[in-house]
Amino acid sequence: MNFETIIGLEVHVEMKTNSKAFSPSPVAYGAEVNANTNVIDWGYPGVLPQANKGAIEFGMRAALALNAEITPETHWDRKNYFYPDNPKAYQITEHDNPIGRNGYLEIEVNGETKRIGIRELHVEEDAGKNTHNPNGYSYVDLNRQGTPLIEIVSEADITSPDEAYAYLEALRQTIQFTGISDVKMEEGSMRVDANLSVRPIGQKEFGVKTELKNLNSFNYVRKGLEFEAKRQVQVLLGGGEIKQETRRYDEATGTTILMRVKEGAEDYRYFPEPDLAPLTIDDEWIAKVRAELPEGAKARRQRYVSQLGIEAYDAEVITQTLEMSDFFDATVTAGAEAKRAANYLMGDVNAYMNDKKVELQDTDLTPANLAGMINLIEDGTISTKQAKKVFKAIMEGEEPVAYVEKNGLKQLSDPAILQPIIDGVLDANEQSIEDFKNGKDRAVGFLVGAIMKQTKGQANPNVVNELLMASLNAR
Amino acid sequence: MAETELTREEVRHVAGLAMLEFNDQELDYFKEQLDDIMNLIDILNEVDTTNVPATFTVTEDHNVLRADEGINAQQKAELLARAPESENGLIKVPAIINESAGAK
Repeated sequence: MNFETIIGLEVHVEMKTNSKAFSPSPVAYGAEVNANTNVIDWGYPGVLPQANKGAIEFGMRAALALNAEITPETHWDRKNYFYPDNPKAYQITEHDNPIGRNGYLEIEVNGETKRIGIRELHVEEDAGKNTHNPNGYSYVDLNRQGTPLIEIVSEADITSPDEAYAYLEALRQTIQFTGISDVKMEEGSMRVDANLSVRPIGQKEFGVKTELKNLNSFNYVRKGLEFEAKRQVQVLLGGGEIKQETRRYDEATGTTILMRVKEGAEDYRYFPEPDLAPLTIDDEWIAKVRAELPEGAKARRQRYVSQLGIEAYDAEVITQTLEMSDFFDATVTAGAEAKRAANYLMGDVNAYMNDKKVELQDTDLTPANLAGMINLIEDGTISTKQAKKVFKAIMEGEEPVAYVEKNGLKQLSDPAILQPIIDGVLDANEQSIEDFKNGKDRAVGFLVGAIMKQTKGQANPNVVNELLMASLNAR
Repeated sequence: MAETELTREEVRHVAGLAMLEFNDQELDYFKEQLDDIMNLIDILNEVDTTNVPATFTVTEDHNVLRADEGINAQQKAELLARAPESENGLIKVPAIINESAGAK
């Protein structure tokens, strides 16, 4: 019997607003523990939360970028649970009326484009951070408590672990380009839960699904799903039954382990949040947020190809991250020739980042300095060979024009200066002239070498070649 | 109309959700109260609300929003001092494992 796999993904993305979803405490990754908390975050009695307009607008941005419809009338709900990471014992979320519905995302797998539906998007709040200690205690940092999240729930349209991987890549990129989140799995600003079921091919009804947690990278999502699909098929082929349960992906063994049998939604005792006013989102507000939505990756790729003459593949590479794409745009705006800017970013700059294991924004390189160096190459002031030295300097924050000046790296292109040097070299090498006349081309190379030596490598090779050939033919 | 009656198991389950544990005597005591509440709700359910939109607030307020500005309350020391226990700036609580951390 052959089976097919059905996957749905729930992704939580932390939104980088200035303040929390329902309290004015600052949102900042890596702050001193519990420093960014107030009485609302601690769930003190009598406090009154107030919704953050920025968090709602970021949620709208996500919905619009994912082609979803914005829900005009929505309200907040309480999801009740007891856990030390959330002292008020409920999470404020949008249970009944999510902010966005019926969106989609396009993915490409094996050269084929497929549309994956987005069922809904909820704005909600994150919980604090609990660290278990073997001494029988947990230690709680509430800095993250109340950070706004957008939960993005896909339709069960994903039919393989590879598609799941492609969906997550596309989602990460789409969200990153909206500017609402850093979407970093390793920092927890993007988190993935996966639902998977299998069914015999031809069967209409879905099989019973399990939920996978602890998927800490896109790769683990793919591996976890691959294992889980095989496990379910084996259970079914062995005459067993799949139970609706939550399973944890174990990185060490590459297997999934039972965490708990799934709790029912009723157990969360959802009810409308009485402390917060309902939301009305009118067309005018949607239009304003849509106008503020930054240019997406796809639009940028099209612009790079059609307006800047960049190859499609290169445009793909540059738009892998928002930082790289923004940097490229800024470098071109600063006057750099676009293709050379793209080549430097994809080549030398990328190699530097990989070598030092840093992100672009962690280097001292600025778009102005990269553009400055590219212009020095374009106008012949420095050779591409000299540019290697200048590149190292601008990566350390040096200004290229000043650096070239200071280190005498200027390329010698002035014929008035080069001609006397060439004449001198020719006078001193009568034999080479003879050889040249006799058809020995090697003589030219020898003479160029001698000229370069005299100019300490600063002579512009193109100008030297031109002047030398003219001089040789004149003798 | 038929009176709603909860089973003792249902009462125990609801108590468990609220992190409460009752002995049999207490269970019967609260079951009686919960049955009364359920019957009250049954009476409310007799009202036909077919075409009545749901009410989520009793005020007319909509869109009561705050501008996205971070304000540090500078209350860390005060808040930690009122926590039952704390250590190195963290709140110290008995470990509860096998529940999920983070928002779901």
